[in-house]
Amino acid sequence: MSEETSDPTAVAEPVVTGEPAPVVQSVAAARGPLALEAIGLNKDFRLSRTQTLHAVQDVSLSLYKGGVVALVGESGSGKSTVARMLAGQERPTSGSVIFNGKPVDLKSRSAFRAYKSEVQYVFQDPFSSLNPVHDVGYHLSRPVRLHQGRSVEVQREVMALLEQVRLTPAAQFKPKYPHELSGGQRQRVSFARALAAQPSVLLADEPVSMLDVSIRLEMLNLLDDLRKRLSLALLYITHDIASARYFSDEVLVMYAGQVVERGPAEDVTQQPAHPYTQLLIASAPDPDNLGSVLRSGNVAAGAARIGRATSGPAPVGCPFATRCPFVDDKCRAENPALQRITADRAAACWHLDRAAPALATGAIA
Amino acid sequence: MSSSRPVLEIRDLSVAYRTPSGDVKAASHVNLSLHKGEVVGLCGESGSGKSTLAYGACRLLRPPAVITGGQVLYSGSRTGTATALDILRAPQRDLRAIRWRDVAIVFQSAMNALNPVLRVRDQILDAMQAHLRLPREEAHEKTAKLLDLVGIPRERLRSYPHELSGGMRQRVMIAMALAADPEVVIMDEPTTALDVVVQRDILAQIVELKEQLGFSVLFITHDMSLLLELADRIAVMYAGQLMELGDSADIKVAPAHPYTQGLLRSFPSLHGARRDLTGIPGSPPDLRDTNPGCPFIPRCEFAVPACAEVDMTLAPVAGSRGIGHVTACPIVTPEMAKVRVPTEGVRS
Amino acid sequence: MKALASLWGRLPGTARAGVVLLGLFVLAAIIGPQVIPYDPNAVTPLTLKPPSAAHLLGTTQTGQDVLSQLLVGIRLTLELGLYVGVLATALSVLVGVTAAFLGGVWDDFLSLLCNVFLVIPALPLLIVMLGYFPQKGQLPSILVLSILGWAWGARVVRAQALTIRNRDFVAASRETGERGWRIILFEIIPNIVSLIAASFVNTVLYAIGASVALAFIGVADVSSWSLGTILYWSQSANSLQLGAWWWFVPPGLAVALIGTGLVLLNTGIDELSNPRLRDARSSTKIAGSRIWPTDPTPVLGMPKLTTRGRLATLVHSFSRSSLLDAPGGEF
Repeated sequence: MSEETSDPTAVAEPVVTGEPAPVVQSVAAARGPLALEAIGLNKDFRLSRTQTLHAVQDVSLSLYKGGVVALVGESGSGKSTVARMLAGQERPTSGSVIFNGKPVDLKSRSAFRAYKSEVQYVFQDPFSSLNPVHDVGYHLSRPVRLHQGRSVEVQREVMALLEQVRLTPAAQFKPKYPHELSGGQRQRVSFARALAAQPSVLLADEPVSMLDVSIRLEMLNLLDDLRKRLSLALLYITHDIASARYFSDEVLVMYAGQVVERGPAEDVTQQPAHPYTQLLIASAPDPDNLGSVLRSGNVAAGAARIGRATSGPAPVGCPFATRCPFVDDKCRAENPALQRITADRAAACWHLDRAAPALATGAIA
Repeated sequence: MSSSRPVLEIRDLSVAYRTPSGDVKAASHVNLSLHKGEVVGLCGESGSGKSTLAYGACRLLRPPAVITGGQVLYSGSRTGTATALDILRAPQRDLRAIRWRDVAIVFQSAMNALNPVLRVRDQILDAMQAHLRLPREEAHEKTAKLLDLVGIPRERLRSYPHELSGGMRQRVMIAMALAADPEVVIMDEPTTALDVVVQRDILAQIVELKEQLGFSVLFITHDMSLLLELADRIAVMYAGQLMELGDSADIKVAPAHPYTQGLLRSFPSLHGARRDLTGIPGSPPDLRDTNPGCPFIPRCEFAVPACAEVDMTLAPVAGSRGIGHVTACPIVTPEMAKVRVPTEGVRS
Repeated sequence: MKALASLWGRLPGTARAGVVLLGLFVLAAIIGPQVIPYDPNAVTPLTLKPPSAAHLLGTTQTGQDVLSQLLVGIRLTLELGLYVGVLATALSVLVGVTAAFLGGVWDDFLSLLCNVFLVIPALPLLIVMLGYFPQKGQLPSILVLSILGWAWGARVVRAQALTIRNRDFVAASRETGERGWRIILFEIIPNIVSLIAASFVNTVLYAIGASVALAFIGVADVSSWSLGTILYWSQSANSLQLGAWWWFVPPGLAVALIGTGLVLLNTGIDELSNPRLRDARSSTKIAGSRIWPTDPTPVLGMPKLTTRGRLATLVHSFSRSSLLDAPGGEF
């Protein structure tokens, strides 16, 4: 576990003396008031009697109304587990989730349902998140009935939801079954279902990764538009850091269950500090790169082999030590905590001075 | 490159799915050639017929698919004859010999096709013995060499598929495809299910192997940004028809077809300044529609009444300096894309 | 009506044959007892007469009309099958879905219960249990057969419900805040309807077979007329030795045909709900020639290539070199 010498209250005790000093201030805070907050979330999965998987380690983040926070990482980095804990589907091993200033308690059914009225989760795969035997109208009328009380006119509300996600004419889409819709249309239904509860927080788990590239942008635009109009606090989980650049205020990069870097989206993507973030960005397709090793004739043996993914995360020390070009003995022995670089940026690396010289000197100055 | 005869030449190929309510034209009158050592990218949305085209050319489609016309000419160095072999008219024996040995395919989500109860090595051995009829020792040696080639350490030979990561399994499938030194490798979204870091690693590997072994690649994907970096030439497909074809540099600098222009405005970029993103509004086409003219009309911002009478043949792009840069749209030119008024995109 | 027509259109030929066959018997069971020419219990002096115009299927040793007995018997036997089918299937859905949905200790316990019922030797137990009940009507048989007949179905339903439970749409309805029973009833069960139907048909088949066997050995209310009791009386009167074939062949044939109909229907449901089974077995007719799933794609205007036969295709679809085939249903 990382040792936060500056903040001894972070792991065990939640709020005792007012605000626990955050490592950095999120840029999303400028968008609106704090809605949902995770403090020191941990999740362990017991694989066998002797093996435990630390899926999530000491993750803290804050979601603000009208702001978008992106959680970026590869599959298995624990980003979905964080979202499921925030959604109340999974119970954290330790740490707490705080909604509107109060720790979230999901012990009773009514408390769970009340929480679901505020915090909704959008599934990744629109092909399996809709029940093939029910039509669109059914998928939307259930949450309307459950969350908006008996007084509302359900059918009118369903039509309004369909129009909100731009499935128009709504009357035409209401009786359709999932198999009659395209992937993009299904994901719109998924969005509408989440919105039916009239939540203030939306957790979108890779909402566009199963869709065609040409459709993705439209869906992200829709999500962004909904965020603006309904003033939603949005957690956008993705493996595509490029979309996070365009779509979010703050980016948190996860590796092996830990946040290794966080900061304003544009800063993190244009000037990555952590070696893993640098690897992620170097790996994204770059149409402008004429000297790319992927281009015929440019193949220089081994040039592309930065941190080949044959080795998994290291069990002790910095998890990225097995793939990091800057690794030394300290990295292999001790796991670095998030260190503040500027007021709104932090990275967990022992060698920021070598990994990102420009940033490190800036931090000193 | 273009002076020599292409290794694989698809001429006027049409594929349909027979349904009780009539034929669904999944690919119509497609012309595409693949030269030696070349990477051709085939780009399109799901349902655009890109997989159908590739599988149809190898006659791997299952009923109710039927090839309604065209030729697929294969002229590899091993065919021996002076004239090219037409795969659509080849006898069963030749067809079986060509597939996998001369034209290999890495299927979409192929990594899940591995048998979970057999060791990786045994599966490659099996396939090799079945198709190449190699003696046991020779096949063993070849398997080890292949896995070296795709960067899988020898100690992983004895693993079961579930012990390997997704990237590793995909490497195994690529090794299997390369087992018989094919001249053409068709890759259908080989990296879609993988993380970006692994994706890049595998793509670099493929290109490296291609340079080393000299095969040609037909790379099918919906991700235009990937093709721009990877492919020598790009073919853009929509509703079963080719919309535009050209060198990737030409496609990037001077996209002629509105659909291609839309694709280029669809992906956010990490590098360089933030661009204006609009995507392509609307939904993918329904192939059951048999409206005449261009299938892109409902989603096209430049659509004019004349579009309904376009005959969808590929003509050289006006004003493009690229040789072989052709488009199906006689109305829109690359210049028209540049003067268009920027609309509001994501967070712009 | 339209849904029924489209279902009929998708049924494979064998299943349609099964439906027609069963339909005939159901029809006989519904209108049979109204149109019977004689009281099946009426004793007449015309003993052991072969089929004639007056007695289409001849008479028994006590001069009763075999046709009348048969029509009443079909009704009773189908009724029993239906009741047992409904009861046992309801039990198996209840147990199977509950086990899958609750998981953990409940799943362990219910699965254990299933397995216990599966390994109990059914027929001896049936005989013993039925021996304790007063033999009046079919109710004892129905109850005992239901109690012993749910376990197989429950196992199958549980396995399927487990895979459905892990699908995202179940998690999504939890996310919506649905209650557990609603998720079971409205989200999971509609997705396993075809499996439940197959299980039901199977149970009916088992019930009819077992009830006929039990009646035949006399462990039933032999004063009522079912297909089993007709066979029981004909056997106890040595009809075989007397050469009275019209007494035992018609009920025997009826049992065999009902069973055949049910089996055909079941394979049809199987193929309907398992496309892989359908793909591996069926050929398609395109451009005048039959195409098997692993054949090269046909080219219009080209003569068909010599290809693998039906058996070879089936074998190939399980072989390792099928790894190199294109995945099915690719669009």
